[in-house]
Amino acid sequence: MTQKPNFVHPYIPNSAPANKEKIMRELGIKDISELYEDIPERLRFKGEMNIPPAIASELELRKHITGILNKNISCEENLSFLGSGCAQHYVPAICDEITGRAEYLTAYAGEPYEDHGRFQTLFEYESLMAELLDVDVVNVPTYDWGQAACSSIRMAGRISARNEMLVSGTVSPDRLSVIKNYCEPVMQIVIVDFSAETGMVNINDLVKKTGSNTAGIYFENPSYLGFLEEQGSEIAGIIHKAGGIVVVGVDPVSLGVIAPPSQYGADITCGDIQGLGNHMYLGGSLGGFIGTRDEEKYVMEYAWRLFGIAKTSVEGEWGFGDVAYNRTSFGVREKGKEFVGTAAALYGISAAVYLALMGPKGMKELGQLILQNALYAQKKIASLPGVRLRFRSTNFKEFVVDFASTGRSVSQINKEMLSKGIFGGKDLSTEFSTLQNCALYCVTEMHSKSDIDSLVSALNEILK
Amino acid sequence: MNIQRVNRVRNFHQAKWDEEVIFQLHSPGERGIIVSEADQGIQQEVGNGISSLPSHLIRKEEPALPEVGQMRVLKHFLRLSQHTLGADLNIDIGQGTCTVKYNPKINEVFVRNTKASKLHPYQDQGTIQGALQIMHSMDLYFREISGMDRFTFQPSSGSHAILIMASIMHKYHSISGESHRDELITTIFSHPSDAAAAAVKGYKVITIFPDKNGFPDIEALKKAVSPRTAGLFITNPEDIGIFNPSIDEFTRIIHEAGGLCGYDQANANGILGVTRAKEAGFDMSFFNLHKTFASPHGCGGPAGGALGVTKALESYLPVPLVDYIDGKYLLNWDNENTIGKTRSFFGPFPVILRSYAWIRSLGEEGLREVSRIAVLNNNYILKKLTAIEGVESPFPGGKHRIEQVRYTWEKFHHQTGVDIHNVIFRMCDFGFHLWTSHHPYIVPEPCTIEPTESYSKAELDEYLDALRYIAEEARNDPEMVKNAPHRSVVHKIDESWFDDPQKWAITWRSFLKKHGDEFNKQA
Repeated sequence: MTQKPNFVHPYIPNSAPANKEKIMRELGIKDISELYEDIPERLRFKGEMNIPPAIASELELRKHITGILNKNISCEENLSFLGSGCAQHYVPAICDEITGRAEYLTAYAGEPYEDHGRFQTLFEYESLMAELLDVDVVNVPTYDWGQAACSSIRMAGRISARNEMLVSGTVSPDRLSVIKNYCEPVMQIVIVDFSAETGMVNINDLVKKTGSNTAGIYFENPSYLGFLEEQGSEIAGIIHKAGGIVVVGVDPVSLGVIAPPSQYGADITCGDIQGLGNHMYLGGSLGGFIGTRDEEKYVMEYAWRLFGIAKTSVEGEWGFGDVAYNRTSFGVREKGKEFVGTAAALYGISAAVYLALMGPKGMKELGQLILQNALYAQKKIASLPGVRLRFRSTNFKEFVVDFASTGRSVSQINKEMLSKGIFGGKDLSTEFSTLQNCALYCVTEMHSKSDIDSLVSALNEILK
Repeated sequence: MNIQRVNRVRNFHQAKWDEEVIFQLHSPGERGIIVSEADQGIQQEVGNGISSLPSHLIRKEEPALPEVGQMRVLKHFLRLSQHTLGADLNIDIGQGTCTVKYNPKINEVFVRNTKASKLHPYQDQGTIQGALQIMHSMDLYFREISGMDRFTFQPSSGSHAILIMASIMHKYHSISGESHRDELITTIFSHPSDAAAAAVKGYKVITIFPDKNGFPDIEALKKAVSPRTAGLFITNPEDIGIFNPSIDEFTRIIHEAGGLCGYDQANANGILGVTRAKEAGFDMSFFNLHKTFASPHGCGGPAGGALGVTKALESYLPVPLVDYIDGKYLLNWDNENTIGKTRSFFGPFPVILRSYAWIRSLGEEGLREVSRIAVLNNNYILKKLTAIEGVESPFPGGKHRIEQVRYTWEKFHHQTGVDIHNVIFRMCDFGFHLWTSHHPYIVPEPCTIEPTESYSKAELDEYLDALRYIAEEARNDPEMVKNAPHRSVVHKIDESWFDDPQKWAITWRSFLKKHGDEFNKQA
């Protein structure tokens, strides 16, 4: 436990003995341990932490970490058709350039004066997202779609003063688990059935389950399973008539071509910005958005930060700051709306850069290209013997492939595909009892025709 | 360039580009980036794609995003980045409780590696062995750091870890047939989320205030516990930098009442290897990877949390956990009493990777040195700053402070008429941050300084010089301080815009709807 006298680390300038001694002299201490005297002996950790010794040489550290990362096989090396809420999309060079800037990367919570840029950039993020979503208010990003959905549902509960939320049976099971944990025990989650044929919400079941305690409904469009929910207006009509709030989760990548939920009745729109200029990182670089109208009763229920624009003391100069800070837990602790903290701002900055680069034309072209690539993949895969598309539906980016008639399980198929350097679609067998031997395939702008043809020919070979 | 600085403060001026809001750069027809066209063969097979959509779901009007050429977009965000004072550029010790330290650049090289950035969470586990190894190793390291028995890295942040602790506590009591336990105890100098995230799970929050010495009032705790006590969430050292020496007594009292104890170690920078959750008797404990463990703050995220629990609570952790069995790392989805998922997929991987690299660079010995120097630096600032007339460290409790101190400038305010916000805004003029405290301001005219281990003595002295300079200025030329900032990006912001629903504008379109006429007139 004795400290090596010569331990000097580049990250700790005052580990240099001369610096250290100067400060110790100033404080009149002989040993730094004197500064810990308020911590009673019985609370002291006497042992040694079993953590490997320092790799203080940057070169050695680089070798060590690179060695570990080299055990991974990325979606650049393999051909991947995985999606399920995290997908490979093209990240323009400028997104990485901007998010790598030391100013953005290492800023935190400064004032809107010396951190003016942070506030303006995130205000622009909110504003750009608002155009894409066709809403008037968007929050500074929260953790992910899961958290955004959770928070939207709790907002619906508070606004309606009711505690039962209907949730479509086809939402992502991963997300549903997050939602259930977040709502328990304050709100109840009631699952609404879906049509076995189209995947869409079963309207009869929806009507049956909608009542005077219904806070609202949460459904996703495009759904987790890739199909479009075509009855958005009808669902919204039923819920609104019952006094509930309509919450819709959306893949923002689709919104250059597909109508945003606010245009068919959504009161709250939520989703994830990973697809807007952020890499996948094992599903670790997500950011959640919540969009609403600019009505006080909605704005005041946001838990997360909202940056707004304001005048300054100099005519013609504009500044930024926190809107309605005293609704947050930063302002009033447990009396605030849910809680707020550090989340995913840098991914919001990347999304702002992305949307500024893409513009309306880029988003439309992107949506169109994904539709075309995915249609082509659906057509070719469905032409394989014994293989069919599970739902009679229109899809965006993702679609469910049913391998039941091939006599092969998805896990067997994916194992063989892996040996050919392909990550097949996600196995849905464990997620939905009604989707045995089904896989969720994802096709984006990253896939070329030859990528899709390679997939089809690999499947063809495997299923022979 | 004035190398021999005559002044004790830099003749700083922040960049001021007078940069437009991105929408003002709109120029119809310009393009920032071109998207590929579908392959001819695909177009022939499936047509234009859009006609496959039901007509009522086709977007009729393009989103009103701006059209801006690529270089102008780049320039715009580069300019805004220069309007942002990142830690890399300043001596960022004034954002106390945030642990703004050096975020090593080599770690950015690691996260840019495509074998980190281009991984999909649902790849075959055999193809993400490196990523799983990192998560598993982190579990083992954090067991050592805290004495807890099992860790998850699914928390998206510290506040999120608190929500997960509350969820575990809720499920634990529910399974034990004790669902009536609906009260959570915390202290006013614990992070606001210790109270707020627990309230999300339906808990009624009881807040303990400090005694006259600044320690959480143990008599108040004794009065607060009851058969309804679900547990205690507490920060230690608290926000004010005082270590609670009776922390094990706190956990004993809660345990006797049948509650669980969660340790908020978001600010653990001063106690690595010194004192741990285990010895203090906690059932759960979490750390913030973006604070003590050096992942950059990114303007407010990505954040990351490490949450550990004792063996008794392991079965409640969110899934999946990372196991190492027969030479292979694997995701274990089978955890008996699990609260389920708490985040999409498996956790903020790039944050975890950076912290892993940081821990390995320092090793056991280095982690201890981090804390020792953080505490040394903090007590140095404490001594020097309280030498300024009117600036004090409140509460007599404890001979020293751990990693940070909450100061009060109340006397200074009475003496000079200059308040802490004036001082903070004047600090901007010298390229520095200074932060008050969490709300409510129990300590009047507060500021919180946490020097960490990252800054040299010369840099600490430079920061102190700026504060001393402002303190003198407040006595000689108070208007200069009161009207600050003078050399920042913008001048005093009219805050009345932020709490008035008629006036606030959270997006550009909302701004144009509410203030467009006036704005256009001005333009």
